[in-house]
Amino acid sequence: MNRPVTRLLAIGMLALAVLVLALWLGAAIGETAIPMDVVAKTAANRLWGAGYGLDRIDEGIVWNYRLSRAVVAACCGAALALSGVVLQSLLRNVLADPYVLGISAGASTGAVGVVILGLGAGVLSLPAGAFLGALTAFGFVALLAMRSGRGTGAVILAGVAGSQLFNALTSFIVTKAANAEQARGIMFWLLGNLSGVRWPDVWLALPVTAVGLLVCLWHARALDAFTFGTESAASLGISVRRAYVVLVGVAAMMTAVMVSIVGSIGFVGLVIPHAARMVVGVRHGRLLPASALIGAVFMIIADILSRIIIPGQVLPIGVITALVGAPAFALILSQRKATA
Amino acid sequence: MSLSAHDLSWSAGGVSILHGVSLEVRPGELLGIIGPNGSGKTSLMSLLAGIRRPQGGQVLLSGQSLHGLARREVARRIALVEQQAETAERITARQAVELGRTPHLGAFTPWSNQDDAIVDLALEEVAMTALAGRLWHTLSGGERQRLHIARALAQQPEILLLDEPTNHLDIGHQIGLLHLVHRQNLTVVAALHDLNHAAMFCDRIALMQAGRIEAIGPPSEVLTAARIQSVFGVAAEIVRDGAGGCFIRYRHPDLPAPRAGWIAAAS
Repeated sequence: MNRPVTRLLAIGMLALAVLVLALWLGAAIGETAIPMDVVAKTAANRLWGAGYGLDRIDEGIVWNYRLSRAVVAACCGAALALSGVVLQSLLRNVLADPYVLGISAGASTGAVGVVILGLGAGVLSLPAGAFLGALTAFGFVALLAMRSGRGTGAVILAGVAGSQLFNALTSFIVTKAANAEQARGIMFWLLGNLSGVRWPDVWLALPVTAVGLLVCLWHARALDAFTFGTESAASLGISVRRAYVVLVGVAAMMTAVMVSIVGSIGFVGLVIPHAARMVVGVRHGRLLPASALIGAVFMIIADILSRIIIPGQVLPIGVITALVGAPAFALILSQRKATA
Repeated sequence: MSLSAHDLSWSAGGVSILHGVSLEVRPGELLGIIGPNGSGKTSLMSLLAGIRRPQGGQVLLSGQSLHGLARREVARRIALVEQQAETAERITARQAVELGRTPHLGAFTPWSNQDDAIVDLALEEVAMTALAGRLWHTLSGGERQRLHIARALAQQPEILLLDEPTNHLDIGHQIGLLHLVHRQNLTVVAALHDLNHAAMFCDRIALMQAGRIEAIGPPSEVLTAARIQSVFGVAAEIVRDGAGGCFIRYRHPDLPAPRAGWIAAAS
């Protein structure tokens, strides 16, 4: 076996180990601490019927609540970070991410439209509604940005306008059509919340994230080619329009599915790609998997914090990501300025 | 391998930029495109590179329409160096050149030693080997432009298109860069601003004005005082050397018309 392959395998194993450790901690830490070995035995029982005798309540908490939740958190972190990388590279904009560009807001509106208004007459599922909302929002923002001059600032301002518009639409729909209980639930969900997550959510989040990662990796060299802009990418043999459609589509799909499961979570897509660039550099062959891993681990940790930071209360995870992400982003911005 | 444009027209934002442009690039030549600002040089370059689609006419590469070919296929045969393409990414000089291998690599084709060798050679050609590890934003304009050329060379094209490659460079770098391009065993089309550089390095020159080709041919035929006056609005004398070359001496707008015999005296 040649050296690059061995190295790749070693890095892959290390990444997997880090991810497993994070999931393990995610399942063990909580309001009731559960010993690490009980978590491991639960996983062994459920995954290959190891038959360890365990407290049924402990086993239930670990398997039904915490592990499913940790896996979805990991998928969510990875998917949002990947979306952030893709949008930042395609738009050549360090401030781009699904939240800033209004894609998350559009996904929320789409999801609420399906749940509350019954749009799509039962044919359209919640994630599909979110996906349509996400695409609509991106279309709106892209159009607005193009009309206002395509610059870095124009895209972000268009994103701000798009976010505000779609958030207002969501609030309007909720206030007008939902009953009090629905409204409270939705407002809590909108802030980003993993409380209701169970295994069926995993079977949606995991494949979408895996497909998203694969499609992004498939386009890693194409994303590299955008380093000097779209014309440069075209002259390097990239069919720019196709790359845009596929990659924006995948980013919108990942964002929409995550929003439909856990609500709209900010700063992950924005900050994690920058953090990953500091570790592995700008080439997408490394940046994409690194961002996915760091995003996954970050989200699992953020979820743990959201459960233990206020005893007896669960903080919306979006609050944690913003509390960590905003200062981190400020730091990144000021560092970029110093080096540029 | 031949590249030719047939009756190209192109407009952007409702403004017509090129009309009825036809030209044939001869294998192995260095063809200079000159003309005032806004005469359509950049648009012509991007149509020739196939990154824009003409609204009328077509560009043929070895007899095939560029738009019938896959983008990747075109990029293996034609490389384009744009005017001052920039990035805010923390990319190294070498990584910028490595991008040139993109059209030769599939999505999961591993990077090979051969790719490394091609990149090494390209860096050597532009004398940037010593700076290969430097970050893009720490490099000067001349160094960045040389890297763009190296990226294009790493693409291993048969035809190299350069859009005002010497903009913002000092005279040493301007001459150095054109000499470098001239040395390559490639067919080159370069949009140039400096008429003397065009005269010095080009086998043929196409003079553009208001989206049309005004004249095309060897520098000494295309560059006449009358044309320079009518296209650029500048009074100039053409000084010819014995070897068929020429250079242009611009006259200060305040000075009176030249004395008869001035040109003969200068040559």
